[in-house]
Order: sequence, then C-alpha cells, then structure tokens
Amino acid sequence: MSAILTNALVIGVDGGLASYQDAVRAVDDSSLSDNQQADLRRAAWMAAAQTGDRVAYERVLGESVGLVRAVARRQGVPADLLDDVVQETLITIHRVRHTYDPARSYHAWLSAIASRRAIDSLRQSGRRGRRELHEPLAVEQHADERQANDAAEQSERAAALRAAIATLPPGQREAVEQLGLHEHTLAEASALTGRSTGALKVNLHRALKALRNRLHGEH
Amino acid sequence: MADAPNHQSLIHALGADLAPVRRLRPPLWRALGWTLLLTAMAALLVWHYGLTPMLTRWRGAPDLAWAGVGAVLTALVAGWVAFSLGVPGRPVSRAWLVLPPALLWIGASGVGCLRSWVAPDTVVATMAGARGCLEFILAFSLPLSAVLVVWLRRAYPLRPVLTAAMIGVASAAGSASLLEICHEFDAAATDLAVHALAVGLVIGVNALCGGRLLRPRRPVGGM
Repeated sequence: MSAILTNALVIGVDGGLASYQDAVRAVDDSSLSDNQQADLRRAAWMAAAQTGDRVAYERVLGESVGLVRAVARRQGVPADLLDDVVQETLITIHRVRHTYDPARSYHAWLSAIASRRAIDSLRQSGRRGRRELHEPLAVEQHADERQANDAAEQSERAAALRAAIATLPPGQREAVEQLGLHEHTLAEASALTGRSTGALKVNLHRALKALRNRLHGEH
Repeated sequence: MADAPNHQSLIHALGADLAPVRRLRPPLWRALGWTLLLTAMAALLVWHYGLTPMLTRWRGAPDLAWAGVGAVLTALVAGWVAFSLGVPGRPVSRAWLVLPPALLWIGASGVGCLRSWVAPDTVVATMAGARGCLEFILAFSLPLSAVLVVWLRRAYPLRPVLTAAMIGVASAAGSASLLEICHEFDAAATDLAVHALAVGLVIGVNALCGGRLLRPRRPVGGM
C-alpha cells in the first residue's frame, strides 16, 4: 500500500490524479479480489509512467511479463516463442503507452495487445517455417567441408555467415550490420538508423539467436 | 514474476527511454469532435441553401426525414466505434452498434421507392442528377475520411481494416446526411442505386487504403 501512496505523489496533473485516487480508495476496499487489486495497482503505475515515472514504469512492465506469457500460452504460442512475444509486447506497450486510459482496466488493455502480438508471432513462425524447409540440408553440407584448407574454410564460413545475415529480417540485419560488422556504438547505430537503443539491442539479440540456429542447428 | 529477470535488460532499456506522453483522449471525446465537424459543415450548407426546401420535402414524405435521421445517427455511431476500435481493450462487438441506425437509413431510403407520389419540392433524379449525388458523396467523403484517418493515426487499432471500414461508414453516412440538406431529388430507384454505389465505394476504398494507413507498424523493424 505504501508503494502505491508513494506513486500518488509523482502522478502529474495530466488527468491521472482523479482516477488514481479512485484506484487507491478502491484498493483499500477489502471486498476486491486479489486480481482486481493487482489490476488497480498496475493501472496506477501505468498512469504514473505516462507522466514519466521510470520506477513505476519498470514495475508495471515487470509485472506484465507473466500476464503476457499467460495470454500468449492461451493463444497457443509454443514455449520457444513465448519470450519473443513478451519482448514484442513490451516494446509495443512502450510505443502505445499513450493509448492507455487509467480509468479502465490495465489487464484488458495489456491482454488485447499481447493477444495481437501472439497471433502475429504464430503467423510469422508459420511463414518462416515454410521458407526455411530446406535450410538444414544447406547447413549439413557446410559442416561436412572439413578437408578444405584454413583460408578456404574461413572464406566459406564468411560466405555462409553473409548468406545467413542476408536472410535475416530487415531490422535484425540492420542491427547486426551496424553493431556487429561496422562496430558502431549503440548511440551511433541509433543515430544512423533512427531506431531506439532498446530496439537495436532486441534486434541484435534475436539476430544472434537466429544466426546460431542457422549456422549450428541449435534450438 | 519468475520469468521477469529474462526480460529485465529490455525493461531497463525501455525505462531509460521513457518520456512523458500526452494521453489519447477517450473515444467519446473524439467522437464529440467528429460531431462538431459534421455540424459545422452542415451549418455551412444550411447557410448556403437554407432549411426550407429540406423541411418541405420532409413534411411531404416523412420517410425521407427518417432516412436523414438514420444517416446522421449512422455517421455519429460509426465515428465513435472507429475511435473505440483505436484503443486496445475496447470491445470489438461495438461495431454491431452501427447496424440499427444503418438499417433505419437504408430501410427508410428504400421505402421511398415504394411511394407512388413524388415528395414536394423535388423531382425524380435523371442519370445526370444521380451522377451529381455520386460526386457529392465522394467529394465530401474524401476529406471526412482523411480527417478521421488523421485523428486515428495516434491511436492503435488492433483491427485496422475493421476500423477503416467504420471510417468509411462514418464518412459516407456523414456525406449522405449533408447531401440531405441540398438534395433536390426524390428517393427514386436510380438515385438510391447511385447512393448505394457511392457509399459502397467509400467504404471499400477506406477498408482497402485506410486499413493500410492505420495498420500498426511493427515495433521492431524485423520479424
């Protein structure tokens, strides 16, 4: 309760105060279920985040992870894609946080976004699966070329890496090129691409995972 | 919460990127803006054409009045639904609320064809006259649709095509409402067919183009 009251002090005059006070009064009401109280708490945090409160924002995002995973599981997202859906949803929340109305349920708002991201992820993984049907064969062929000399082997590896990078989605390819190949700093890459540093990090992380899978067949 | 540490670095990065945001106004507020826009355009047309011809037609043939009321209600409800669909978490089922006023609009317009006399102060539309109606509805729908698309660009419609279709319904019904003020033709079958064609075109083009304009961009460039 004290954390919520602390957050009340940082909520600005941008329309969040009245609904937040309502929320605090409601949280005091013992007739509310735990879920309802948690929803009100997150609503208050998100309202504070809209005014720039970083602590409240990181709290509400932290608590959102479990909710997003639950929504994605209900949509039928397989376990290995859950983290991707969580990350996509967190980034989407960041982009559209101005659309949240603190007078309404945070859970409903979050669930709608997570559900959409989960469906997108399922569609994309289906498309990717069809595109990559024959890739394991190509990886096997590269793995068998043990007789080549070092220079030729290095050259082939570089070619395989270039080919694998070329198959990455544009955002991931951009992150690898800027951060990995050109060795730009995050700030430089962000300035060059117009993407946030957070988005670049996420893209690089995913790109490396995808490249490992493609070159070494890791899962 | 056990999974949260896996995403902690992203959460910190997003937190570091946090800036205060201007909250999107509730759909009802934005629908009020839409209502005011239509009212202002109607006032301009009334100022130019006067109310008397329209009221005379309505007195002589009340079905025309009901069709006009249906068109106005359709425009307002569809506008509100479009704004609602722009906010995650609002029920998609609200789209059905457009149906009753649309049925009133379409039904009352259709009844006009069954009358055996021509409403006072009007004539039956020739093909040239009906083409004028088509041009009016298309010409007014274009800016109205553009305004709604612009107002919705800051929103986040999870169903962009349905939202764009609602924009089409709202702007087509809005144009038809405005046309009622200066409509010189009775509800003959040719005129109604042209109206239906114009409305269908506006909704179809909006669903096709507006859906793309409103489609949320991927948060991260890839995947």
